[in-house]
Parts: sequence; C-alpha cells; structure tokens
Amino acid sequence: MTEQGTDRVKRGMAEMQKGGVIMDVVNAEQARIAEAAGATAVMALERVPSDIRRDGGVARMADPRITEEVMKAVSIPVMAKARIGHIVEARILEAMGVDYIDESEVLTPADEEFHLLKNQYTVPFVCGCRNLGEAARRIGEGASMLRTKGEPGTGNIVEAVRHLRQVNAEIRKVVAMSEDELMTEARNLGASYEFLKEVKSLGRLPVVNFAAGGIATPADAALMMELGADGVFVGSGIFKSDNPERFARAIVEATTHYQDYKLIAELSKDLGIAMKGIEISTIAAGERMQERGW
Amino acid sequence: MKRVGVLALQGAVREHIKSVQACGAEAIAVKWPKDLENLDGLILPGGESTTMRRLIDRYGLMEPLREFAQTGKPMFGTCAGLILLAETVVGSDDAHLGVMDVTVERNSFGRQVDSFEAPLEIRGIAGPFEAVFIRAPHIVSVGAGTEVLCVHNGKIVMAKDGQFLGCSFHPELTDDHRITNYFLSMIQDKSDLLLPNPSTYSKV
Repeated sequence: MTEQGTDRVKRGMAEMQKGGVIMDVVNAEQARIAEAAGATAVMALERVPSDIRRDGGVARMADPRITEEVMKAVSIPVMAKARIGHIVEARILEAMGVDYIDESEVLTPADEEFHLLKNQYTVPFVCGCRNLGEAARRIGEGASMLRTKGEPGTGNIVEAVRHLRQVNAEIRKVVAMSEDELMTEARNLGASYEFLKEVKSLGRLPVVNFAAGGIATPADAALMMELGADGVFVGSGIFKSDNPERFARAIVEATTHYQDYKLIAELSKDLGIAMKGIEISTIAAGERMQERGW
Repeated sequence: MKRVGVLALQGAVREHIKSVQACGAEAIAVKWPKDLENLDGLILPGGESTTMRRLIDRYGLMEPLREFAQTGKPMFGTCAGLILLAETVVGSDDAHLGVMDVTVERNSFGRQVDSFEAPLEIRGIAGPFEAVFIRAPHIVSVGAGTEVLCVHNGKIVMAKDGQFLGCSFHPELTDDHRITNYFLSMIQDKSDLLLPNPSTYSKV
C-alpha cells in the first residue's frame, strides 16, 4: 500500500521548498554556511557556473565525493546536477540518495536531441525552461519542479526576468483562451493539449517554478519573487561575493519579505561587492547556456 | 467566522490557506508578530524547519509564538511544523517552540527517494486518509498527557497534546480537508463561550 516516487511525493518535495533559497555549494564548509544562513536546500557541484564559464571545456556531474561530503555535512535536502540526457549520471546520483536532480544546461549536454525520461526515476528532477512549451515538455518527461534558465554564472538577472515573464504571460494567455483555441496553441507552443487544459483549469503550472540564472543581490531575489517565482536558486551569487555569509542571509530574508522594501534596503547596506556581472550581449550566442536543451 | 493564521515564512503556506478557506474559516498569512493578533488558531506548515527557525529568530517571532501557545489557542504543525512544536528534537539540545509534549526525530524515514504516500487510519477521523510523507520526521515518544492518533509501520505519525496537534505528513498536499476540519473543531466557537462548558457541566 505504501508507494514511493509518485508524482505527489516528487512534486510535494518541491512544494516544501517554496519561498526558499537553494544555494550552489562546492564543499562541506560552504554547505554548512548555506544551511546556517537559512537555505532550504543546497546544490552540490564541482564548480559554480561562473567558474564553468571561465574555465571552458566539458562540464560534467560533480565528483561523487564532493556530493557525498555535502550530504554528510547538512540535514537540509541536497540536490545535484546531471548533464542533459545523461542517463547514467542521473542513475548514479539517484543511487547515492541525492534528494533532487537538476538536469542542467549549466553542464555540457550529453545528448543534444533527447532529455531524460524523468518519470522513470524515483528521485525527482528539476529542469530549466524559457517558455511554456519548454515547461510543458519537461513536465511531460516527468520533471517535478521547474526553474527559469536565466543565463547562469553571469550575475545578470535580465535573462531570468525574461524567461519568468514569458512563462507567466503564456500561462495568462492560455487561461484567457476559449477551449476551442487550445489545440492550435498547443501546436504553436510545442506543448500537449492535455497539459494546456490542465494549466487552464489550475490557472498556473502543475509544478513549482523557481527563478534561477543571474541572481546576485537580495533585490534580485526579491524581484523574482515579485514577478511570481515560487522561490530562487542562487548559483555563483553567494560564494563569489565578498562576504558569502552575509549575502546568503540577506538573500534568504529578502526572499521571505520580498515586498518589504525598507527591510530589503537595510539588508542590502554594506554587503560588500556582489559578484562581478557579465553583460549578455558580450557572450557569443554559441556560449549561452540557455540555448542548451529544447 | 474562525480566524486561523498560517505561519508564512517558507513552505506549503498556500496549500494550508486554501484548505482553511475550503473549510469555511478565514485564513491569515503570518509573517510578523503583529499578525498573531486576533487569531483563534495557528498552523505551522511543512517546509524546512531550519529555515523557518532562522527566520523566526531573526524577526523576533519566538516569544510571540510561545505566548500564543500559552493562551491555550490551538496550534497545528505538519512535518516541519511538528518539529517546531516539539518539546524535544532528537540530536539537538535546542528545541524550537518546545510546547508540545513529544520527542521527534527529523528525516527519520530516510532521504527523498524513500519518501512515500500511504493510506492511514487516524483516530477520530473516519476511513483511510491518503497521507504524503516527504523526508518526514516521526514522533519517537509522547508524554503522559499526549494522545497518539496514528501509527504507521510502528512509528507514531500523528498526536494531540491538549491544544497542540501535530503530524509527520502533509495533509495540505491533498484535497482531503478532514484533518483541517478536525483542527478547526478544536477551536472553540466564540458563540459557545456564552454557554456553560459542557465538559465541566457533566462533572457536576
């Protein structure tokens, strides 16, 4: 009678993260700082996105020793990244008991045509999306949580804003449509008709949608919440800042109290220097991580 | 109308608010001490207990929450909320609110891959209840005055200690509002206050 790995159990885990901040960490010490600051989960990886971008080469799943070290260090959930379409990396992470897998465009894709069939796994998955069609396809494959792709490792929020606005605008459009318009919209978006019917009746996505990719300050985190994100992922923004402990705490508090602007002003005072950002137009189209996946 | 607060620092706040409203009561999101005024009961939702604790401390909510507990108004904790209520948390010297006479152990069913759903028989709530357990805690032991409401595979997963109700699982993730209704029934209707309390009455 007891059932594991059901949609309710996998999606429910993401529901429990709502209003929270999930932080990228590369070792046990950073994981403990994140937990103490109030992170709802940590993402264990070998290099944060800004270092991946700087170093170039192929970015893969982290050394299992790092993931294991992080899992031992904290009691909050631990997520880890697998390459798009890399069935074995995903199975390894599942076997290790990782709590959530990010099938992530931050790593170099292993498959340029097919994403993982995520509903075959007991462990839940989070995936990136830039629009409602991409969201529909990832959920169709079994993703239990979504996030914007943004442009990881840039400290520039503009792409995450674009993607969240795009998804939410498309949801509003679907909700306002009459039923007889849905099939054509399904074709146009590359989404299934059944999915659009569900979105129309719920008035939102059937899974939690976080913001990710370029969040560098407490105000950035609050902005994404204001735009309707259910929570935020912060990658390079914390441990590439001057004072990770203070940045981490301030981002957690700004996410909870995202409409309390006086408080966010206080939180943002004397935080030190945020990570150095990158203007998106200076990144060659072929090097934009958001273009990975379909 | 009964006014029920839902601690809204992080976690499954929206679901509890929806459930309270579906049961015909008013739901209030509680982020600051002043939001606790004029409530008849309070729900502590599922989420991450370490995150909620940090935000409780940072914004001076601990004392107001404990004072709220002292008023005798009902409080209901689900999963992380149960951990916040418990008098003792295994492996930690520091309880959170520490008001409910139970000892809980965090993540005691394993990691997320071990999370599950199962039908439960709950005392006082008829029929099987589809319960969703996510990295759930369980109640290791209860005090003398605490009533065990449900045991699953030998582990206590729901209990009631006076005005405190706590469960390991997430009723807010289902559309079954029987547990929320049960909690609302623990809140004394204001109109009842005009009448003699039936429990004292029967002892006369």
